[in-house]
Amino acid sequence: MVDGIQVTGISAWFGGVHVLKGIDLTMAPKAVTAIIGPSGCGKSTFIRCLNRMHEVVPGATVSGTVLVEGEDVYAPGVDPVQIRRRIGMVFQRPNPFPTMSVFDNVAAGLRLAGVRRRADLQEAVERALRQAALWDEVKDQLDKPGTSLSGGQQQRLCIARALAVDPAVLLMDEPCSALDPIATARIEELILELRGALTIVIVTHNMQQAARVSEATGFFLMGEMVEFGITRELFTNPRDKRTEDYITGRFG
Amino acid sequence: MTARTRRAVNLAMGGLTALAAGLVILPLVMIFAFLLFQGASAVNVDFFTHLPKPVGEDGGGMSNAIVGSLILVGLAAGLGLPIGILGGVYLAESRDRRMPWLVRFLADVLNGVPSIVIGIFAYALVVLPMRRFSALAGAVALAVIMLPIVVRTSEELVRLVPSSLREAALALGIPEWKVILRVVLPTARAGIITGVMVAVARVAGETAPLLFTAFGNRFWHQGLDQPIAALPLQIFAYAIAPYDDWHRQAWAGALVLIGMVFIVSLAARVATRGRFSGVR
Repeated sequence: MVDGIQVTGISAWFGGVHVLKGIDLTMAPKAVTAIIGPSGCGKSTFIRCLNRMHEVVPGATVSGTVLVEGEDVYAPGVDPVQIRRRIGMVFQRPNPFPTMSVFDNVAAGLRLAGVRRRADLQEAVERALRQAALWDEVKDQLDKPGTSLSGGQQQRLCIARALAVDPAVLLMDEPCSALDPIATARIEELILELRGALTIVIVTHNMQQAARVSEATGFFLMGEMVEFGITRELFTNPRDKRTEDYITGRFG
Repeated sequence: MTARTRRAVNLAMGGLTALAAGLVILPLVMIFAFLLFQGASAVNVDFFTHLPKPVGEDGGGMSNAIVGSLILVGLAAGLGLPIGILGGVYLAESRDRRMPWLVRFLADVLNGVPSIVIGIFAYALVVLPMRRFSALAGAVALAVIMLPIVVRTSEELVRLVPSSLREAALALGIPEWKVILRVVLPTARAGIITGVMVAVARVAGETAPLLFTAFGNRFWHQGLDQPIAALPLQIFAYAIAPYDDWHRQAWAGALVLIGMVFIVSLAARVATRGRFSGVR
């Protein structure tokens, strides 16, 4: 079995618009890979291709190969539901289910996958909330609505919800863009703690964030991957002129 | 514009909107007041517990019509709500472009069809083959009237559920049908219930479609395949009759009808109020 994520020649379209143009990229297992680039460069589309969420948008199409732990995500006959169960996702804005309590939010993935036993659910919820560094803050308000938490807590709740189903991969689509600096710092600490436990791919606008949390970084521009390398090297000694211009703030 | 004129314009416009809002509720308040004035004296225990008295005798009640209306509306809701809500989910969730457009258009047309025409439709569809007027035929007519309202409000409310919630649920590896059933519909619940109550209130007062379907009945209901009494029908019959006592009872019937709609709406809201609110 090959670990990590291998992407070969992935292209994506929205209707007739070609937004991702033949990306090849290998993401190391149990490490953090960051994707940076200006708005509209296709970085969000890229990670949405990894768990087959791109095709959820009407008119969106994909071609190419994605191997997650050796399994071809786009092989004929593969059920996207099964793929998504093994790949967690965290979105830009915290999006807890408004009709569910803190507990039910975290338990949602398991419960809707058919887990019924209360003890199993309780154990998984506590584990996920501890992993998401939220347990101590919410252990006394598990039956309060998920939306009653602060923005930063809601985002960690969403991370806990994704972790509760025990995924092999966690995709994070600009997880801190709606959060203040303190909440952002907590999420970054959390990413560093999760490193080594599962494969993490994080899309971010924030180059300092990529530098702080990731081992490898890819720079995307206009649907293409300009450069990919060890994070420290990419930021200190970029090979491509465009990468240099971007990270030194000359555009984007 | 000086601060003084700005404040004056603000006050004037604020006053106008408040006046408009007042005018909106004025008819309801007046109807209620008028019904209380005209009908309250005839609302008594007998009205709720007794059958109509034969012509020429004073007293009696409309218990059969009250029960009949409850049966008709309940049956209509049982027929119309599941179809309407599921249809609304289809319109909101379908990725197809043409079919939902057509259904939406036809639902709006159906909403504009006069209720008496829908009565004729139910007459042709149910009464003629069964060869008798029946509660079932009345319920079918009322259900058809409910359908477009329920379909369109359900659709709007399901659409209001943020796509970020759908995406969150899909990304958890939950199949789409479960996402709709367990995440989208509960989030839209409060609003859908409001739409359902509007539809129920609308059909509870319908008279025309019941004239040649439910037909009316001066006795207790004898089964769903038999003619059945309904408050609007009884009100109509009593209001055009030449007896003062019947007129009083017609007013009382109208008052009770409004009261029932009010109580059912209130009860549905309280009973289905979730712990956490979704889209309203």
